[in-house]
Amino acid sequence: MRFVDEFRDPALARALVKEIEAISARLERGRDRPFAIMEVCGGHTHAIFRYGLEGLLPDLVEFVHGPGCPVCVLPMGRVDDCVAIAEREEVIFATFGDAMRVPGSRKSLLQAKAEGADVRMVYSPLDALTLATRNPEREVVFFGLGFETTMPSTALTVLRAAREGVENFSLFCNHITIIPTLRALLEQEDFGIDGFIGPGHVSMVIGTEPYRFIADEFKKPLVVAGFEPIDLLQSLLMVLRQIEAGDARIENQYARVVPPHGNPAALKAVAEVYEPRPTFEWRGLGSIAGSGVRLREAFARFDAERRFAVPDVKVADPAQCRCGAVLTGAEKPWACPEFGKGCTPETPLGALMVSSEGSCAAYYQYGGLRGEAA
Amino acid sequence: MCLGIPGRIVAVADEEAMLCVVDVSGVRRTVDVVCVAAPGAPLADLVGAWVLVHVGFAMSVIDEEEAAATLKVLTEIGEAAAEMEALTAGAIAPLASQPAGQE
Ligand code: SF4
Repeated sequence: MRFVDEFRDPALARALVKEIEAISARLERGRDRPFAIMEVCGGHTHAIFRYGLEGLLPDLVEFVHGPGCPVCVLPMGRVDDCVAIAEREEVIFATFGDAMRVPGSRKSLLQAKAEGADVRMVYSPLDALTLATRNPEREVVFFGLGFETTMPSTALTVLRAAREGVENFSLFCNHITIIPTLRALLEQEDFGIDGFIGPGHVSMVIGTEPYRFIADEFKKPLVVAGFEPIDLLQSLLMVLRQIEAGDARIENQYARVVPPHGNPAALKAVAEVYEPRPTFEWRGLGSIAGSGVRLREAFARFDAERRFAVPDVKVADPAQCRCGAVLTGAEKPWACPEFGKGCTPETPLGALMVSSEGSCAAYYQYGGLRGEAA
Repeated sequence: MCLGIPGRIVAVADEEAMLCVVDVSGVRRTVDVVCVAAPGAPLADLVGAWVLVHVGFAMSVIDEEEAAATLKVLTEIGEAAAEMEALTAGAIAPLASQPAGQE
């Protein structure tokens, strides 16, 4: 347990690991494959690797890293659309830094910027709105992406723009929602996940209620977790306890931040500004019904998709990439022939290698190239 | 990018526009506080509170111990540095509406 000493409470961490081992020993009989527990949030993935938590677990329990990194699931065609908007003469294209290096079929936003497009990295959508008020002769487009954690920030920015009458601001909306995504995963035929570690900050916005169907319909446990190593170990133990008891419930380990009904002001802004799209395409996962949102008709003038004709061409990922299989937890990154060869954090082929929250980047950084878990 | 970072609200920037000044590890910027403000209460009530700041929006009020623990984890996994870099490099006007001399 080489990392345990640096945890906030090493004694508690040891006790949790012991308890996990004990449950695992009791569950061992008649079990021919490990219990696969999927963490949905990219931040959890990052923390699991950083703290070497996989190395603390008995063989019978494994983390499977889910599709919870919004940058990682952005399809190439959408990046191409961004580049097309950014390359327009009148546009200032504002984006979070994370999205700059995601490869499109021709180039990334970073490359477009190097070739002269006016692409600006901003910290907040509010900064993009400020850019618009300061540059009234230009069109400022903000690249909105992310799950429910980020959705309120862009919704509130659009509401602010409407209130202040800012005419030259629009949003290229690529937000995705977690619930239809989890449902799509669960409906996959060969989905071998035994339980979930639920995302902390998405849940801070949506609460714990929306996960209920996972327990009721699919009979899988889910525990919403915080980001400390102790939080993750404790949540894993809570999932395993449910499995041992034959239970399937939604529990909240992160109640100090996550209220059961989420954040009412955030949810109100999201509901006011966005409506579900019939379907949205994910990199590696294909189209998932109801998983994306777009601006409502009432906010059409702030919708970059309506203001600028975007190419909206679907582009398939390179054939040899295993991004889809890695995203759903069906395969480990080293099963991809490009892992660490054609695809590295410096020259990413797939988005899972771009963000520190992507599982390929995490394995590359912490797990090395040996093809074994960190 | 989804993790956010804890900061402390140090001043009200604009009551009507629902903006406060938050101090994130020594860097100050204006943040939107709609999601943490109690309906009808003055924003001055928030001064001194620790909040989780996500891309320029205070998303949740947390206690001081939680804030310290979160910062420690973010530092250890390297996210604090990334978040601070985005905040300082990508903020267009971090101090734009900070009232002078107010703490
Ligand atoms: S190594 Fe690169 S190409 Fe292969 S699955 Fe990971 S991100 Fe995709």
